[in-house]
Amino acid sequence: MHLTLIDWLIMLLYFVFVLGIGFALKRFMKTSKDFFQAGRALPAWICGLAFISANLGAQEVIGMGASGAKYGIATSHFYWIGAIPAMIFVGVFMMPFYYGSKARSVPEFLRLRFDEKTRAYNACSFAVMTVFSSGISMYAMARLIQTLHVFDSLFIHLNMPVGWIFHFAIIISALIVLGYIFLGGLTSAIYNEVLQFFLIVAGFLPLVWIGLRNVGGWNGLKATLPSAYTHSWQGMTNPHTNPLGVEWFGLAMGLAFVLSFGYWCTDFLVIQTAMASDSEESARRVPLIAAVPKMFFPFLVILPGLIAIATPAITQHAMVHAPVVGTSASALVTADLNNSATMGRGLIPPKVNPVTGRVMTDDNGNVVLDYDLAIPNMLLFYFPTGILGLGLTALLASFMSGMAGNVTAFNTVWTYDLYQGYIHKNASDSHYLRMGRIATVGGIMLSIGAAYLATSFNNIMDTLQLVFSFVNAPLFATFLLGMFWKRTTGHGAFTGLVSGTLAAILHHGLTLPAGSQTGIHGGWIAVLHSYPSQMAQNFWTAIWAFWVNFFVTVIISLMTKPRPELELVGLVYSLTPKPVEHHMAWYTRPKVIAVGLIAMLVTLNLIFR
Amino acid sequence: MNLDLRVPMGMLFTIVGGILSVFGFFTRGSEIYERSTGININLIWGIVMLVFGITMYTLGRRADKRPRSQPAEGTTRPLGHGQGGP
Repeated sequence: MHLTLIDWLIMLLYFVFVLGIGFALKRFMKTSKDFFQAGRALPAWICGLAFISANLGAQEVIGMGASGAKYGIATSHFYWIGAIPAMIFVGVFMMPFYYGSKARSVPEFLRLRFDEKTRAYNACSFAVMTVFSSGISMYAMARLIQTLHVFDSLFIHLNMPVGWIFHFAIIISALIVLGYIFLGGLTSAIYNEVLQFFLIVAGFLPLVWIGLRNVGGWNGLKATLPSAYTHSWQGMTNPHTNPLGVEWFGLAMGLAFVLSFGYWCTDFLVIQTAMASDSEESARRVPLIAAVPKMFFPFLVILPGLIAIATPAITQHAMVHAPVVGTSASALVTADLNNSATMGRGLIPPKVNPVTGRVMTDDNGNVVLDYDLAIPNMLLFYFPTGILGLGLTALLASFMSGMAGNVTAFNTVWTYDLYQGYIHKNASDSHYLRMGRIATVGGIMLSIGAAYLATSFNNIMDTLQLVFSFVNAPLFATFLLGMFWKRTTGHGAFTGLVSGTLAAILHHGLTLPAGSQTGIHGGWIAVLHSYPSQMAQNFWTAIWAFWVNFFVTVIISLMTKPRPELELVGLVYSLTPKPVEHHMAWYTRPKVIAVGLIAMLVTLNLIFR
Repeated sequence: MNLDLRVPMGMLFTIVGGILSVFGFFTRGSEIYERSTGININLIWGIVMLVFGITMYTLGRRADKRPRSQPAEGTTRPLGHGQGGP
């Protein structure tokens, strides 16, 4: 890749501003509340944009572009029914409990509603998960920088070995994220998430515009691509007739209900931004504000994947070459890459084995495509120098804010739920503020460790992500019952959570997606059932986990002693006065906004049905 | 919080937009725009970002001058049973 001075200048400016915001915020960080909860004083629109940006890490951007190239516009289900209904629900119904209970984190809410063991279970698994997620983000960024050869010319110019680029990328990103969180805490993270939101829009909107222009607009895409690519609901009655390999019931129950509600309504990574807003009314509006851009994001991150497939491939633009120059395989690689351009599809190159340098093929001898390069290759193909710097900055920004959200969630849960809860109870506020800063450093060090773990054992990361999915899958049942059924007890919630996770593990061990080997993909106990795709298996694992948790929680709750109703005021729906909305202008009332959002969602699905 | 995000964000977008549009202006008709299907994307998008940046900056500055209302923590709803309430 060839970057000129102007591209570097734009990237540099971004880093200066990111750290500058941290420095500017430093003087406002006086109490632990300022640091961990942004003083609970941010306006709703800022928290709303941060709410979706926290989720919009670069793996998400790259992954959605990749899925767009692989499956087409059906990927939008992850943004439409797979997010919007849950965001509406958390805003209208759940936020009054999170915000109104004055809990400082999601695990703390679990302590208020249930008991210590439920909180400890959630806090520990969540803390470990955030560290690994931010480590994976760091690793992915370093790999991408290496693959795109962003720093190569700089390193050669400075006479430094190219092999150091990976370490350089890890260390520099760690230092920048550390810098701005250490200085400005959650406020800094949220501000940078919002900045990243606008950068992604600024970087990707022109990409979609030029790309669409080149392929002849939406109609051009429709004419070039198979019709399954441009329809999101086609063939959904049967898992074998649509690209996702899922039928509508699995999609609605697994993705739209269990997984999506489990993520948007309970994950402290996103909830922390809503809890930082300046009033309960704002907090309720945060997810609703976030839902509007969320609905239109498929056009920014998924559409480039489709365009990448439809763009006529020109050999000299197959810019992304695989491994690092200087390996023994490099001669071989060049030979292989010469005909690899013809094996790819549009701008998507074939996947190359980094060790042998050969193009990878599946069991049937078909070339495996490297869909993850859809978005990076789009940037390189369509952007001239200048705006290319902006596009890359947007990508780097999303990596960093993906990391930052995890780090702030980690330092809060560590300090409030684990350190204050179990290690050092009655210290002064300034002690916890200091601990938060130490936890930030610790969290980032652990993330670096996780990133290097991923370099040496790629399977470890896959396994860990799988384990996290088992822990997360049943979570929503606990919150749903806790908030809306006053009879739910702590013992019930805890037993339910553990059983739900066990159910997920068991389901995974007993089923296998078609065409996969037993092992990490499932079936490691016995293969009782085979799913048409891995996605279908994931959805059904979540469905099982949710319902097992639901019923076990109900049964155990009925067998154990309920808490007195007086203690549950403000924590359970039926015992808490409903939020009043009549003093607000009609168009600012959460319920009115919710109806409008649903109407928009239905319209979008009808247009792209 | 006393720092309005729109001020630094507006500054960043103004500077980047400025750089892009000046660069775009001096590279009119250059062959680098073959990639972007002949559109001088640096000039056009630079101007868009410039306008956005200036708008954000102005809005942020104006809001900074007005006094802020105090945020209300927790809930202002009466919770009954003698727990909090206005």
